[in-house]
Amino acid sequence: MTGLRYVYAVCHPLGAPLQAQLTGVAGAPAKLLNHHGLIAVVSHVPEGDFAEEALHAHLEDLDWLTDTARAHQGVIDALTVVTTPLPLRLGTVFRDDSGVRVMMEEREADFRRTLDRLAGRVEWGVKVYAEAEPEKAAARPAAKAASGRDYLMQRRQQARATDDLWQKAEEFASRLHDTLSAFAEDARLHAPQNPALSGASGRNVLNAAYLVPREGSEEFVELVDRTKDDVPGLRVELTGPWAAYSFAGDTGAGA
Amino acid sequence: MSMAGRMPEPYGQGGGANLADILERVLDKGIVIAGDIRINLLDIELLTIKLRLIVASVDKAKEMGIDWWEDDPALSTRARRDELTRENAELRERLARLEPDRAKLEPDREKKEQEESG
Repeated sequence: MTGLRYVYAVCHPLGAPLQAQLTGVAGAPAKLLNHHGLIAVVSHVPEGDFAEEALHAHLEDLDWLTDTARAHQGVIDALTVVTTPLPLRLGTVFRDDSGVRVMMEEREADFRRTLDRLAGRVEWGVKVYAEAEPEKAAARPAAKAASGRDYLMQRRQQARATDDLWQKAEEFASRLHDTLSAFAEDARLHAPQNPALSGASGRNVLNAAYLVPREGSEEFVELVDRTKDDVPGLRVELTGPWAAYSFAGDTGAGA
Repeated sequence: MSMAGRMPEPYGQGGGANLADILERVLDKGIVIAGDIRINLLDIELLTIKLRLIVASVDKAKEMGIDWWEDDPALSTRARRDELTRENAELRERLARLEPDRAKLEPDREKKEQEESG
């Protein structure tokens, strides 16, 4: 047998068929490997790209990483439509099917416990951006300072305006997080995002994930929508529904 | 940036998701299992930590014109392999000229664009 096995997720047997022609990270179709009533979602990947050394080198290549991450997420996303998958971290690779089976056997109790905990739930991502900063910067050269003292005063005013904005942004973000956390079953705060990667404008002041039952999702989205125009200069962004990435690892290895 | 905008969204629901949304989940969240292929998880963690650190200092980095993933030894052995990489890039360019279809697979082009715009 040539090729290695890349594992995307573990889930219960699917109630509905997986989307036909679902392609995985190396362009090969994603397949279901049943072991003792649990499913591992796998695909063949070439040894040339996914053996230790090659994979290591690839992971340092942001372009390769981008393509692979998107393909990985594409499979997880298709699964999320039909079931509650436990997403594995990118780059989980085995020599062959029997390697996958051994892993499934070793982790079976963990998987079942986590699947029970997350069944019927999805993750929603909510980010808040403060957008007013560029306007302030642009306004600066307009008023030319007549003296050193004026200059310092202007600087102080600018600093104060920026502080106000940050304070407002922080208050808004923490109020929003409280509201959404109260609705959601669970919540996680993530580090703010790097604009170079996200391509988003403004400064990311809240980056959070919320675990919400599928049937509560509509209401959750409405709840987020209602906050959107609350404060000028602040922007709220919603992503999802995601597989419960941010909540899957909790009872991981040790539990 | 060009990286994020280069490709159409491969999935419909998470329409607002950007590259950072995806990377933070597939690299840093989800279940960690040691497979047969021992990728150095520490390195992935380094990479993730790097993504985080950059968040805090991205403005400063931009000011200084740092192409952050390029010259960071923790992120990239490229800094150490500089010559090999350059040679590789040259070969890729030649190959790209011979095979126009492969041009879009060439990662170094993107990075040059990054360097010029950053």
